[in-house]
Amino acid sequence: MIEFRSVTKQFPDGTVAVKEFDLVIPPRKTTVLVGSSGCGKTTLLRMINRMIDPTSGHILIDGEDTAALAPVKLRRRIGYVMQNSGLLPHRKVIDNVATVPVLNGVPKKEARAHALELLDTVGLDRSLADKYPRQLSGGQQQRVGVARGLAADPNILLMDEPFGAVDPIVRAELQQETIRLQQGLGKTVVFVTHDIDEAFLLGHQVVILQKGGHIAQVGTPAEILANPADDFVASFVGADKGKRVLRIEKVGGRDVVVDENGTPTGVLQP
Amino acid sequence: MNLILDGIAWILDPANQTGPGGWFARLGEQLAYTFGAVAIAAIIAIPLGYLVGHTGRGRDVAVSLSGGFRALPSLGVLILLGLGLGIGFRAPLITFVILAIPPILAGAYAGFEAVDRKTIDAARAVGMTEGQIVRQVEVPLGLPLLIGGIRSGVLQVVATATLAAYVSGGALGAFIFEGVATRNYSETLGASILVTLLALILEGVFALIQKLVVPRGVVAREIKEVRTVSSRPRAAVGSPIQEGK
Ligand SMILES: Nc1ncnc2c1ncn2[C@@H]1O[C@H](COP(=O)(O)OP(=O)(O)OP(=O)(O)O)[C@@H](O)[C@H]1O
Ligand SMILES: [Mg+2]
Repeated sequence: MIEFRSVTKQFPDGTVAVKEFDLVIPPRKTTVLVGSSGCGKTTLLRMINRMIDPTSGHILIDGEDTAALAPVKLRRRIGYVMQNSGLLPHRKVIDNVATVPVLNGVPKKEARAHALELLDTVGLDRSLADKYPRQLSGGQQQRVGVARGLAADPNILLMDEPFGAVDPIVRAELQQETIRLQQGLGKTVVFVTHDIDEAFLLGHQVVILQKGGHIAQVGTPAEILANPADDFVASFVGADKGKRVLRIEKVGGRDVVVDENGTPTGVLQP
Repeated sequence: MNLILDGIAWILDPANQTGPGGWFARLGEQLAYTFGAVAIAAIIAIPLGYLVGHTGRGRDVAVSLSGGFRALPSLGVLILLGLGLGIGFRAPLITFVILAIPPILAGAYAGFEAVDRKTIDAARAVGMTEGQIVRQVEVPLGLPLLIGGIRSGVLQVVATATLAAYVSGGALGAFIFEGVATRNYSETLGASILVTLLALILEGVFALIQKLVVPRGVVAREIKEVRTVSSRPRAAVGSPIQEGK
């Protein structure tokens, strides 16, 4: 469990990126922080592994105040996946994946063997192990990034718009993979995106943010869709324009579900 | 043409080759100045450049320092130091160290600065200490530019080392000055040809080293003169990447 307690971050230039932020992130679930650019998502995420320190307030992981933990040790037990994959260009895929275990003192051979298994886990062919990141496609690099994030078997995985730069088809694949991994491994995933569809797809808990890290609404996707807290949320999830509103049409005695454009999406089971 | 042939003949004459005053020994001195001065300059400039490159602090000082050093006329420095330290190898050596510091310093910090900030940020985010970031990320990725800096240092010193003879410091310049003084132009020319050849050979060797040190997996860029101006904007106040060091 990760808890934000009245967390404020003001940057040296005076920008208040996050103000008095409170949130409980349940364990072994995916929590998605979603909001438009500049609302403080990255700042919130990076405060969890102390890449950024809050100006005031506390962040607790399993009841422990992170301020009391050494940043380097903390980061090694939290997986971090970022948009541009952030791989080390001069290291082979296998060594990139093995980075954190090697830092933790695991013998190289052992770390590499485990890294190979992780390539399987994230759906990459083992033949890519000896390639350099530059030789991989963007989607493959993201998978390597995820494998690296998982290598030290962290309980928490932070993902900052990890699929922002890949094409829609690959993104859809990676999203499914993320769901599968999260369920299979039982990680606490904190996922940042500005894509509400992605948020609803991945999130058990979705946090809709406004500027300054102000929470517009927290809930399951169903709760948010059923009861948007206000006009902002309604417009953000598209409910105001009739988006996500499904209708039932009787066709040949059966209930056909039709989306906002009148396109049939399925049939209701009796 | 005749003169050049005379110069080559001078080089090939065994009488000019061996012994303490022969060109074998003088060439050795030229090389000793070059590598001695570059080694000392490297010991001073590399840690300094790395510090500047890693922290981003003191950059302006480093730039103006190397700019200032570059502007110093070597001959003037040599004569001044020679007056203070007397004849021998010390004044030339110090002069050449001063000559070699700017390019090596610039190569060291430019190498670090050329590393993508996102790569460094990612290294920090997965739990590398600052020391590990330096050793495992910045040093290997910055190596091509550093070697570029050392290369220009070596080339500048190997040519300038000829001046050592001004303060009786030996090296190949001894023949050049002697030849001019005694109107033995084949001697002057022979020594000049040797200096030129030496510079060309070193240039080739370093071009090769520079190719070899480009980390595999990184596209080799054409490395020209080491920049003294940052290649990328540096945020005045900590960008998100600077946070959480
Ligand atoms: N190091 C910094 N110094 C000053 N201001 C910053 C810094 N980092 C972020 N900010 C500001 O804080 C606010 C929140 O930034 P943050 O990066 O958390 O937004 P975000 O929600 O992740 O946006 P995006 O979707 O564009 O990534 C923005 O106004 C941003 O300009
Ligand atoms: Mg962001």
